[in-house]
Amino acid sequence: MLHQLTISELTGKLTRREVTACEAMEACLSQIEKTDARLHAFLSVDKNDALAQAAQADAAIQAGASFAEQPLLGIPIAVKDVIAVKNQPLNCGSKILGKYISPFDATVVAKMRAAGAIVFGRLNMDEFAMGSSTENSAFGASRNPWDTDRTPGGSSGGSAVAVAADECLAALGSDTGGSIRQPAALCGIVGLKPTYGRVSRYGLVAYASSLDQIGPMGKCVADTAILLRAIGGRDPLDATSVDEPVPDYAKSLGQSVKGAKIGLPKEYLGGGLDPEIGQAVQAAVRQLESLGAEVREISLPHTEYAIATYYIIATAEASANLARFDGVRYGARVDGGDPIELYRKTRGAGFGPEVKRRIILGTYVLSTGYYDAYYLRAQKVRTLIRQDFLNAFKEVDAIVTPTTPTAAFKLGEKSQDPLQMYLNDIFTISCNLAGICGISVPCGFTKYPHLPIGLQLLGKPFGEETLLRLAHAYEQSTPWHRERPPLQR
Amino acid sequence: MEYEAVIGLETHVQLKTQSKMWCGCANEFGASPNTHVCPVCLGLPGVMPVPNEEALRLTALTGLLLNCEITAYAKFDRKNYFYPDMPKNYQITQYDRPSTKNGLVEFEFEGKLAQVRINRAHLEEDVGKSFHFDRQSGLDFNRAGVPLLEIVTEPDITSPDMAYAYLEALKEILIHGGVSDCDMEKGMVRCDVNVSVRPIGQKELGMKIEIKNMNSFSGARRALEYEIPRQIDTLRQGGKLAQETRRWEDSTGMTEIMRTKEEAHDYRYFPEPDLMPLAPTPEWLAAVRARQVELPLAKKRRLMTQYQLPASDADTFVNDTPLARYFEAAATGAKNPKALANWVINNLRAKMAEAQITLADLKFPAASILSLIELVDAGKISSKIAQEVFAEMFASGETPEQVVTRKGLIQVSDTGAIEKFCDEAIAANPRSVADYQAGKAAALNFLKGQVMKLSKGKANPGLAGQVLERKLAQIK
Ligand SMILES: [Zn+2]
Repeated sequence: MLHQLTISELTGKLTRREVTACEAMEACLSQIEKTDARLHAFLSVDKNDALAQAAQADAAIQAGASFAEQPLLGIPIAVKDVIAVKNQPLNCGSKILGKYISPFDATVVAKMRAAGAIVFGRLNMDEFAMGSSTENSAFGASRNPWDTDRTPGGSSGGSAVAVAADECLAALGSDTGGSIRQPAALCGIVGLKPTYGRVSRYGLVAYASSLDQIGPMGKCVADTAILLRAIGGRDPLDATSVDEPVPDYAKSLGQSVKGAKIGLPKEYLGGGLDPEIGQAVQAAVRQLESLGAEVREISLPHTEYAIATYYIIATAEASANLARFDGVRYGARVDGGDPIELYRKTRGAGFGPEVKRRIILGTYVLSTGYYDAYYLRAQKVRTLIRQDFLNAFKEVDAIVTPTTPTAAFKLGEKSQDPLQMYLNDIFTISCNLAGICGISVPCGFTKYPHLPIGLQLLGKPFGEETLLRLAHAYEQSTPWHRERPPLQR
Repeated sequence: MEYEAVIGLETHVQLKTQSKMWCGCANEFGASPNTHVCPVCLGLPGVMPVPNEEALRLTALTGLLLNCEITAYAKFDRKNYFYPDMPKNYQITQYDRPSTKNGLVEFEFEGKLAQVRINRAHLEEDVGKSFHFDRQSGLDFNRAGVPLLEIVTEPDITSPDMAYAYLEALKEILIHGGVSDCDMEKGMVRCDVNVSVRPIGQKELGMKIEIKNMNSFSGARRALEYEIPRQIDTLRQGGKLAQETRRWEDSTGMTEIMRTKEEAHDYRYFPEPDLMPLAPTPEWLAAVRARQVELPLAKKRRLMTQYQLPASDADTFVNDTPLARYFEAAATGAKNPKALANWVINNLRAKMAEAQITLADLKFPAASILSLIELVDAGKISSKIAQEVFAEMFASGETPEQVVTRKGLIQVSDTGAIEKFCDEAIAANPRSVADYQAGKAAALNFLKGQVMKLSKGKANPGLAGQVLERKLAQIK
């Protein structure tokens, strides 16, 4: 079944002309047909456009296009609904954008196209990437393919589901506080949050500009490595992207990890951590040691302030980023007698409760009289959190932690309690505040119910190569990534 | 009780760049609505700003022209407020870390040198424009994202006239420096006024009132001319002034309240996360410094000291850069630069205007004017002949020596020849001789004129006068 392949497996078959890109694309489309009514990973799929791109890829292959130059040639890759694709809807999981169609491609999309990919579909998400369960999507939650009564996590829940359920070969998500890694963990796939500045944000609808990064989500570590190489690099359209060489990440996979130094932060193993998750992580640590890595305990003393810091900085930036959705120039509009009334009605009707909550919070922390106590202080704490990591990385090559404190929770279980929901990101949020990179790889299952567990590896700024090498070595020595969710119901 | 006004100005100036501040759209006035727009300047979902390098350079250049320090660390901030003409509902500006600060503008005002300190000149983006029709409104975003410099003074201005003079001086500096065209008609310059009044002798400032909506410098002056007496009258009548923003209504010539302090916006500034902070390198600054031109007032002062020019001549050169360049190039080798300036301004400029040509069309080199001046200074031709020679060389491109030789215009300083002309003039005009002897001094001038006539203008006039006087004295 072509849709179940990894990128390198499909590339092999395409290279050998055993299959066509159209066949692969059709396999994905029929899988979507079969499963997505239940899973709701996709908000929309433009089948004709997807098949036309597939036909183009086949023509290119026929004409002798090089897979070395176009490493994603003929690979169906789906995109989170917060990333702009030319002539496709861009809703960010919100009602407020109405029938908006993006007139341009995000840089990552342009890069994937240049690499030959079939870029298709709009993947469900929490509205404006605010949430950890997709329950904040204005179009209904996605469901976890391991147990459809449970959340796939969020905000890139649709992306994780689509990959886990073989509805696409790989997907793009975005990660502001864990939005790639947490759903990857909950759905049993691999998700990578690149170093801030590694991947262009041009065309990513901003939630919190200083924290957002687009990243790859795939069925295995190698796929995320291939995808990261395709989308990474300095972009003249994003002033915060960094001019750092983009290595051929896939090439370094398979190299020995002997002697790699890995830190285990003591702050990450207490509190609300589910014992089963703790055991799985301990087992993963032993596995890494058996592969030759040296694991030592480290300390990240400012960890406890991460969530508070995050919810000040992220919401402050969001309050400005989301101001443009006012019904004046595009998107849904509810008319009013004057501009202020038009704004109120449009935004009142267009935004969901969590988005409103965060806009209000962000507006508050930036207000005169509160700025110093909240925003400015949060920035200072953020610097301390980053310093924690930089200090740790003087001694270790990577840090290992659980990705989430629990496995997938039930839909509706936490949606009435924002604080409980926020705590789900407790292990992933610091990575964004520090601007470093992180990856989540499957590291086992809970016993009953049988749900995936994620292991998080955190790396130095622009240390994705090391991170991928470690994650790959771990993955290849364990069986977890081979198990597929039970979709037949 | 007598009162005085304390005035500060905030002037917004569009920078002269090819493209807008964050995108590649043309920075051009007058195009059809919404034709110079793209996803970035329309604030579509997913776009990001990329700074226009030339705008950053022009900002630093302006800082240099206004004697500001160029800060080693500057950043952009978001200023949040909702308005239909603002695509993102926040404006990217520089809040607490401007690119330039602590400057000084000097200008001539009421015959003296006036100084106004500049608090800062910071870079921001312009917004779009609203149009209101009968039943609906329209928005034009061609102007949205145009680089805008906000130049803020310290409260050093004391009168409406001084405010006007400052604005004119600022405009002259910016045009001269090549940073803005400052075309008021095209909305390239806009200014807001902060004004308070206080009893003379009081140290503390009075209640600051901001006035907006002036669309010309004279509008700013008129607004102040209205507002200052209004504030003073209010105080005199025992009233109180509140911190507020007022709107100038050009049609009525009055200011009216726009919003009180309580209604003031909380702009919730915070650092723009989409842009990196600015830290100019020495090389970058050197390149900007190389573009710094001499400012009008500095140039005037230099011309006056370096060439001993009168203020009026220096002004002429300040206002006519090509003519000044011509003058200065020639003046390097001149023994008498003052005379050169005189020739360039009074003769050359007039002739060029008459012939409707420019300096590039001149047939003779600048050195010819120097030769001409030397001929006069050496007493070889009179100033009057020199005019004639100049006309010839202007027309033909001949050197003054060639003209003088060809036309035999060398001044007669030979006493023998002059004595002969004097004798002839005395003999032919007994009446004038008698008048002179009767004490009518004017008669001598007439006789001198006769000598010049007889010599066809070539007689040295000074010498002719001396000889005539001697001969007339002998006749007595
Ligand atoms: Zn534009």
